[in-house]
Amino acid sequence: MTTAPIVKTSSWSPPHKAGNAEAQEAFHFSEENRAKLNQAIARYPEGRAASAVLWALYLAQDQNGGWLSEAAIVHVAEVLAMAPIRVQEVARFYTMLNTENKGRWRVQVCRTTPCWLRGSDKITAACLKAAGVSHLGEVSADGAVSVEEVECLGGCCNAPVMQINDREYYEDLSPEQAGEIVRDLRQDKLPTHSGSQTGRIASEPVGDKP
Amino acid sequence: MKLKINDIEVEVEDGSSVFQACVAAGVEVPHFCYHDKLSVAGNCRMCLVELENAPKPIASCAFPAADGMVVRTDTPSVEAAREGVMEFLLINHPLDCPICDQGGECDLQDQSLGYGRGTSRFADNKRAMPEQYLGPLIKTFMTRCIHCTRCVRFATEIAGVEDLGLINRGEEAEITTMGRALDTEFAGCLVDVCPVGALTSAPYSFAARPWELNHAQSVDVSDGVGSNIRVDSRGRQVLRVLPRLHEEVNEDWIHDKARHAIDGLVRQRLDRPYLRTPNGKLTETNWDTALTILAERMASCEAERMAALAGNLADCDSLYALKSLFAARGCQNIDCRQEGGELGSGDLSAPVAWLFNSTIAGIEEADAVLLIGCNPRDEGALINARLRKRFLQGVQGGVLPIAQIGAEADLTYAVESLGNSPQALEQLLAGTGFAEVLAGADKPLIIVGAGSAARPDGKALWEGLRRLSEQVGAVGQSTWNGFNVLHSAASRVGGLLMGFVPTQGGNGGKGGKGTAEIIQAAEAGELDILWLLGADELGNSAPDENSRENPYEKLGKTFVVYQGHHGDLGASHADLVLPAAAWPEKEGLYVNTEGRVQTANRAIFPPGEAREDWKIIRAVSGALAKQSGGGVVLPFDTLPQLRQKLFADHPVLAELDKPQKAEWSQWHATQSELNFSQEAFTPIVPDFYRTDSISRVSETMARCSAVRQAARSGSAEQIFPQTGSPLFDLAPQEGLSPQEVEAS
Repeated sequence: MTTAPIVKTSSWSPPHKAGNAEAQEAFHFSEENRAKLNQAIARYPEGRAASAVLWALYLAQDQNGGWLSEAAIVHVAEVLAMAPIRVQEVARFYTMLNTENKGRWRVQVCRTTPCWLRGSDKITAACLKAAGVSHLGEVSADGAVSVEEVECLGGCCNAPVMQINDREYYEDLSPEQAGEIVRDLRQDKLPTHSGSQTGRIASEPVGDKP
Repeated sequence: MKLKINDIEVEVEDGSSVFQACVAAGVEVPHFCYHDKLSVAGNCRMCLVELENAPKPIASCAFPAADGMVVRTDTPSVEAAREGVMEFLLINHPLDCPICDQGGECDLQDQSLGYGRGTSRFADNKRAMPEQYLGPLIKTFMTRCIHCTRCVRFATEIAGVEDLGLINRGEEAEITTMGRALDTEFAGCLVDVCPVGALTSAPYSFAARPWELNHAQSVDVSDGVGSNIRVDSRGRQVLRVLPRLHEEVNEDWIHDKARHAIDGLVRQRLDRPYLRTPNGKLTETNWDTALTILAERMASCEAERMAALAGNLADCDSLYALKSLFAARGCQNIDCRQEGGELGSGDLSAPVAWLFNSTIAGIEEADAVLLIGCNPRDEGALINARLRKRFLQGVQGGVLPIAQIGAEADLTYAVESLGNSPQALEQLLAGTGFAEVLAGADKPLIIVGAGSAARPDGKALWEGLRRLSEQVGAVGQSTWNGFNVLHSAASRVGGLLMGFVPTQGGNGGKGGKGTAEIIQAAEAGELDILWLLGADELGNSAPDENSRENPYEKLGKTFVVYQGHHGDLGASHADLVLPAAAWPEKEGLYVNTEGRVQTANRAIFPPGEAREDWKIIRAVSGALAKQSGGGVVLPFDTLPQLRQKLFADHPVLAELDKPQKAEWSQWHATQSELNFSQEAFTPIVPDFYRTDSISRVSETMARCSAVRQAARSGSAEQIFPQTGSPLFDLAPQEGLSPQEVEAS
């Protein structure tokens, strides 16, 4: 069965350049995100809005350009009627929530067993080199990119895999391709296509068809 | 529910944990994060026990007890589990017990001795954490923290300041406020609940080891709650104050003024008698001269032209001695209500009109609360903590309704404001608004601040509250009396119970003079002698003398005798100063706002020539008798004799540690019109940390007060770096004679 074409990257625009002073100073949920959050709150009993804190933080992080500023955390606390420190505890516990600006593009390289067996270490090293940083989590000097290792992204059949900004997958990577992507991202140039970088469709076997 | 713990049969209530069952069976279970008065966290894992048929050891503090459980705490697997937990806890804990203030009273130290491995197998680097700023009373060593989160739970649940949290995870986990100041009056309790040396007392830092200290059981006198405390002293100095458990009063807690105002005990002390010379200066004198001069003056003074006023820290023994002395002289101008007001006399002489009738523990039964003219957080912090506890419990189907008439303040629970003047009471009396909530409640609770009685409309206010109490059914039930007066002075209820108020109708129907009349008389030159028994807050308990007219300036040509321990307002306006012992330096009876009589024991000796208050009064009576040729000498030479007399005259004071049972029917209605003033309620205690002559000279309290003001005005960061340096001046006190040093 042949499946749908590769996901078009044109549907998502680069995140706004967060990290500058204005973005940090004030934070309010956009109407769209607020509506999503209200739906989430409605799933819990009356007076238990705090249960929606993870979803609220996820939305806030997404809106704020990939990280949670103090203002964003305080705003979430206000919306959910929680003490700011309780939201801080949650935000700082989970590795998928950032409390520091990680740059406009967060490159998330999978390091769990299948990807690791397929050479994720080399992918990480290539990404770090292309970003011009020395260690994971460091933001490149131009404020564009940071590289982090994450646990299984669920794309094992197309290992090695990396993800960008919690969204797009880049699969079947070679270190060269990974480095190329990171270099492009530093220019705010999006890769032409996501998914398998070797053109494989639906995880079909590599090599000649039988 | 019946369980077996180590073959011991034990019966516990439903809802108990296995840990509580172990405690009930008398079996010791080591623990760190579990605290009787806090929620269960279950994160230290030290309380692991073996449960029959369970595949692995269970954390007993977080495991509900069930009928028929068989638990063992003495098996090899439990011992191995404890050793393992202990080893993990110690991996990142520094081995700095010799330089740690918790040493000698450290749960971790004790339990690693009792349950640990004895040696460490850990050879890598330990983690180190930066210190935190948690206010001027807490010194932090976060490297020692074992993340039990007791402090987080205490701040969140008891203190009601949700600013402390545990952030990050694993090795990076840390306790922090994220830079916000902790605005709580229970900071000292955070130190108490910390099982290790991560949070230690800043003013007490490096002052002493626990085994060097003498302990005296005492009662806090900094407010009217009567918290039970233990006074730790070494030599002639009080080094720290710790709470004693009293479930019906302060539970496990005391506030910071009770705990940390003690550095005021060594400052500005009156350690010898002083006499004002004709040039207007107070000069040192000796007891003989002081007593003779006073006796001469008193002997030649008409009873009408003498008066005595007692301050907020006076104990019952000295109040009784002074009252007896003035009674023997036929003088009725005595008053223990230095802020004024009519509580305890006239229409309000029935005890039920000025006691905390529901009792403090009774707050937990209330199902609707009205606060009027009081800020319980400042006037009785432990009562506020009890109100918060009740608030958190909630009522059937919602939150406990609490409303307030008075200045709005953050009380650590949700309060509906009904307005800021007694006129809001008129609407309640009309039965509308919150009155319906009160009337619908089974056990409505009304708390009024005793200081509000000193308002011009104080009597109308009390009559209004009497009517409201009856109207909403707060009183009149056999098991519930919800009308409460919150006193903020430790001496007040004792004074009122023994009638340290101007006699009514005596003196040929004229009666004695009360505080206001005494000050008027002094101003008019109608008074020759005014005896101030530690009265430093005349006219108003507000400590800020700039914000009010100073009644001391009005005392005019009256010969003012100040008997007390600190050079405060009273002493600076006195003509004769009699140096007295402060509360830790004497035995005393104190009565709290419930009418609970409690004894305070002596911890140290008074400095210099200062003496216990009752002894001074007894000595004056002796000198007076000599002067007037065999007048009345007070009939007691020892404290037991004095107490015998006191108890015979006032049997209500004889029963210790029981709240008074006051009859509502004794408080009779007055037919007066209720004329409430439009004037707003002003805070009775404008600065929680500085309310008496001891706390006003305390450097620690001054620092706390400054931090609170800064925190409330949002500039906490400016005072950020003042982490505690030792505040104690441990130099020997001046003014000690060699004999006295020997005597101690």
